[in-house]
Formats: sequence, C-alpha cells, structure tokens
Amino acid sequence: MNNEQKDHAALADIFNKDEARVDWHDETLWWIRAKRDKSVHQIPEWEALRETASQIKNNVLSNLHTYLQQFETNAQANGITVHWASDAKEHNEIVHSLLKMHDVTRMVKSKSMLTEELHLNEYLADHGVDVIDSDLGERIVQLAKEPPSHIVLPCIHKKKEEIGALFHQYMGIAEGISDPQFLTETARQHLRETFLTRKAALTGVNFAVAETGEFVVCTNEGNADMGAHLADVHIASMGIEKIIPKREHLGVFLRLLTRSATGQPITTYSSHFSKPRNGEKMHIIIVDNGRTVQLGREEFRNSLKCIRCGACMNTCPVYRRSGGHSYHNAISGPIGAILAPNLDMEKYADLPFASTLCGSCSNVCPVKIDIHDQLYKWRQVIVQKGYAPTAKKLSMQAMAKTLASPTAYHLAGKAGRWVMKIAPFALNNKLNPWYKNRDMPKPPDESFGEWYKKNR
Amino acid sequence: MTVGLFIPCYVDQFYPEAAKATLQLLEKLGVNVIYPQNQTCCGQPMANSGFEHLTSGCNELFIKNFAEFDYIVAPSGSCVLHIKDHIHDDKQPLKAESVSNKIYELTSFLTDILQVKSLPARFPHKVGVHQSCHGQRGLHLSQMSELVAPHFSKPGSLLNMVEGIEIIPLNRIDECCGFGGTFCVAEEAVSVKMGKDRVADHLQHGAEYITGVDMSCLMHMEGILNRQGSKVKVLHIAQILNGI
Repeated sequence: MNNEQKDHAALADIFNKDEARVDWHDETLWWIRAKRDKSVHQIPEWEALRETASQIKNNVLSNLHTYLQQFETNAQANGITVHWASDAKEHNEIVHSLLKMHDVTRMVKSKSMLTEELHLNEYLADHGVDVIDSDLGERIVQLAKEPPSHIVLPCIHKKKEEIGALFHQYMGIAEGISDPQFLTETARQHLRETFLTRKAALTGVNFAVAETGEFVVCTNEGNADMGAHLADVHIASMGIEKIIPKREHLGVFLRLLTRSATGQPITTYSSHFSKPRNGEKMHIIIVDNGRTVQLGREEFRNSLKCIRCGACMNTCPVYRRSGGHSYHNAISGPIGAILAPNLDMEKYADLPFASTLCGSCSNVCPVKIDIHDQLYKWRQVIVQKGYAPTAKKLSMQAMAKTLASPTAYHLAGKAGRWVMKIAPFALNNKLNPWYKNRDMPKPPDESFGEWYKKNR
Repeated sequence: MTVGLFIPCYVDQFYPEAAKATLQLLEKLGVNVIYPQNQTCCGQPMANSGFEHLTSGCNELFIKNFAEFDYIVAPSGSCVLHIKDHIHDDKQPLKAESVSNKIYELTSFLTDILQVKSLPARFPHKVGVHQSCHGQRGLHLSQMSELVAPHFSKPGSLLNMVEGIEIIPLNRIDECCGFGGTFCVAEEAVSVKMGKDRVADHLQHGAEYITGVDMSCLMHMEGILNRQGSKVKVLHIAQILNGI
C-alpha cells in the first residue's frame, strides 16, 4: 500500500487498529514529555531562555542574508569550501559530484533531517553510492527500509523485538534477541567497521555560527564525530535557517535543545567543526529548498526558528496516537504540519487539520513558535486555495447560512435539533463517524432559548 | 451592570441545563442578565475548519446581539476564545473590538470581575476536572503543565468553594480530550482514542462526575462514557457551582 495516497486520518485509522500498540507508543512518548517537564522545571529562568532564543532567531530571520554571507566569509577563511543549493536536486548533485571528485562510492552519514527532506539516500543509491546511516535509530529504520517517524527518535515506533528481528536478518545475530544492550553492542560493532572504512562522511548541522564560520553538531552517540574524524572528506548539509549570530548564543540554544528534546541537560556530544585537518577536506552545503518562500509568508515565517528538538511531537496527543508515518512527510508532528504545506500545499493539505489546536506544542516549543496558531492559519490558506474536499465545502456553506440567521437556526432546532442535521459530527449522515464509538447526546424536550421565553 | 448571556449553539440545543445553571448562578450573584433571543453561534465550527471567510454573517449577528452590554458572559472557553481572537467586521471595527474585549468565559468572570469569594453550593462527590484546552491554554484560565510558572486555577478556586466536593488527582492533568470541533469526525480514530484515554484517567481515579468549562469536551467524553455503559456523569461547572 502506498502511504502517499492516503491522508493523515486514513493512516491514523490504520495505526489505531492495534490499540495496545497505540497505548505503548503514547506512553513511550509521554514518558519523554514527562522527562522534559522534570528537567525544565529545574531551570527557574526557563521561560526567559525561551524568549531569548526566540528573539535571537527573529533577529536571524530578519537579517538572514547578512549572517549567511558573514558565515560564508568566515568559513572560507577557515579553509572550508562553501556551496549553495537552491533545492534538493542541486544539493544532491553537489554531494554526488564531491563524492565523484574524491572517487568515493561508500559514505557514512550521521543523522540529518535535511537530507531526509531532500531524499539524498535514494538519489545516491540511484547513482551507485552506498550510504550507511550511523545514528542507531536511523540505521534501524534504514535497515527496515522506512523513513524516520520522529526527527529526534527516528525508530521510536519500533519495539525492541522488531529491532532484534531486523538485526537477525541483517547482522546475523541469533533469532529472538531483544536485550537492548546486546542489540546496541551489535550495532556498535557493525558500525565500527563502517566508520573505519569510509572515506567520506556527511553530517547535519545544528547551529552555524556567523561570527566564527564554525558549525556545531549535536549527537548523543558520538557518531557524527566518529564519521567525520575518520574520513578524508567531511560534507555538512545545513538549511539556511541554522545560522546563529554569535558563539555565545550557543549558551542559550544548547541549554534549550536537549532539555526540550529528551530531558537531558545537554547532548553527550556538542561538537564544533571549524576547519579541516591538514590534508583533508571540509565542505558545507547551504540549502534553501523552499525556506525563502516560507520566509516570505509573513504569517508562517517564524516556523523557520525551529531547532528540531521534537518536543512538539512528544507532547502532541495526536502525534502520540497516530505515529510519525501518518504525516507522510520527512518531518512529522505539529512542526511538520506547518512546514510541509509550504513545500507542497496540495499534497500536505491534510496535515494542518491533524490537530485539535490544543496548543500544547506552542507551549513546549523552546523557540516559541506559535505552532497551533499557524495550523489554524494554514487551514484558512488551504481552503482559500481550493484544496478542501467538496462535501466539506458544501456542508460548511449550509452551516454558515443556518447559523447566520436566527429564524433558520430556530426552525432547524425545532425540526429535531439542528445539530443532528448540520453539525460537524453529522457531516456524513450515512455513516456518522461520531456514532461509531460514541453515543449521541440525548436531545432535550426544549432548547434553552425555548425555556427562557417561557420562564423569564 | 448588565450582562449579555451568550449560550453556545450546541449548549442551547443539547445541554439547556448547563445554560440554565449559568443564568441562575449569575442572577444569584446579583447580576442583571439578559439573554438576547436572536443569538445563534460564534462561528467557530466554520473557522476552525478553514472557512473563517464564511463567518461574516455570524460575526455581524453576534455584534448586533451583544455590542451594547457591559459584559458578555458564556459558559464556554472555546467559543469565547474564538470571539476574542477572530471576531472582526470591516464595517464596524470598533464594535467588533469592544465585543472582543468585554467577553468573558463564566469562571473568569466570576473570579476576575465579580471576585466571588464564596458560593452557597454543596456537592458531596468525587469530581474529575477536565481542563479544556481553549479555556486553559487559550484564555489562561489555569496554569499549563508545559510552562515553568506558578500554579493557579480559576475553575479550581471556584470548585474549592463548594462544600463536600472532592477533586480527584489525574495522571495527565491537562491533556486534550480529542474533541477538536470537526476533528472529532474528520480524525475519528484518533479523536476517539484520545477521548477514551482521557476518560480512563478519570475513571482510574474514582471520578463520579467529570466537569469542566466546556460542554463540547464533556459531550465527547459523555459519548464515550455512555457507549461504555459507565455510570459516571458529566456536568458543566456552572451546574456544580450553582448547586444543581
């Protein structure tokens, strides 16, 4: 079944066929949300940190061209080669040409959501380059031939027994092993060979510092470092929004990033890369891929403040109960739902509707993106652009007409409680989705309006 | 002080008892309340579905019905938030703005404007309080678990004035119930699962009643409770504060 043909609601419906699994997925992610709460409540100035981070990022977005050029100049002075890519195609071609130039056909990659967004692995595979993902979770989904379901925890949808089965199939361990320590050690040994034999390594970028021309990569496993340190060529791919003006700003962002993501005070490794070692090459590819379009959308531009911590996913009650793959996009969850329509409004028209607008996402966001307000605004844009289903359009028009007229409203009410006819939960009368798992409210003998007329 | 009582459409049609309790409670507290009989709906069902452009009729009607009152009070966080955030009228922008400024959700009107210190109500039962998201995170009726900020709760402070009431603890104090307007049918599977999980938290802690500031969340949870054959009832907070 091609997931791309189904929308979030349909994919979430499939996910919910196994309720015990939904409970497990929900509890796992809620546990991480609870760890985040515990960790941030130990920082009395937490809200001030969020506000500071938000303001730094607002400044970056308003002066992006200046900071990018400053970064380029300083990076070049450090001996890094800087490339610019306007879209996925350009980015992937640059990576391929660099690999060709160095005669490399096998590359090790550390986790990079950007290259997921740009479908780099598929592109390189088509061009005869073998890519191994070195982040443990990413490696697991790569073996399973699946995309990550979460930007920080790529294989959070997989149980340890399923991971054991994959390792049995691909790494030759005995059948039926699910001990996490054993599995991790297996992956470690397997990746060790990869690190030692790859001549090229690609990493993502968490922060690029304009004043120094260096970039910072945050991992818990040290896999970015292992890859980059042992390779002759280090390629780093970054979206244009990853810039921060000064090194001192890391003192804000590094405190926020992992507390928000997993509840840790800081990532195990926050590695600064500023220049290539003697005789080796370092390349940075700075990627637009629709970001400048988003920057031009006044109501949505501040989505570019995102530092990819995943806190909005862990807290989202819909994400926890529908799974990352239901969002059919590299970046899932609430942040994915406001980024994706910028890239393809028709394909991702369903995502802003995959929310109750509860607002928890905006509250956990370490850079204070107004995620749930943007979901509301995307709904308006998507409907205005004509991507709403016709049935919904008709029912909304009927509803608006009835509700704008007291006479029509009262008549409809008398005719058997209008809600039954036009309310949201009676959109499809034939197969009323409300009634599938919920009883309808019992209609009273008289409405409040009718009672009021008699009694006041 | 004259208050215009705004009763959300689905409360008018399905939960008249919640509306009566709101009216009686305000009257008991000495407020002159008028219910404009030509009111219908705030327009939120269309707006949250992406059809805000179809709400001008609702906006005009709302302004016509309510612009002249000192305050507008409604037993709903969600509808009040919608009016506050989204009501607009290009022909009478000042009136729209004044409506937006003087509309209050019931519990915040009681705590902030009337500054109620005691209530003559008794409700000797175990009660679970559902924090409706639009009231809590939208109107800041109570502190949110995500923020590092001091605890407070407007609905909670009022419920604490009720004699004999026992508020039960919850594992997840402010998780969404999954109603979400059209979400409840458009994303039926997730909506129902969220509702089941929310209800289970209350049941696990021995709730006899589930209450809250929004009848929409309660209607969704009631639908699930009834389908499960549970004896647990939902009640709008006005009904408890009014002493039913």
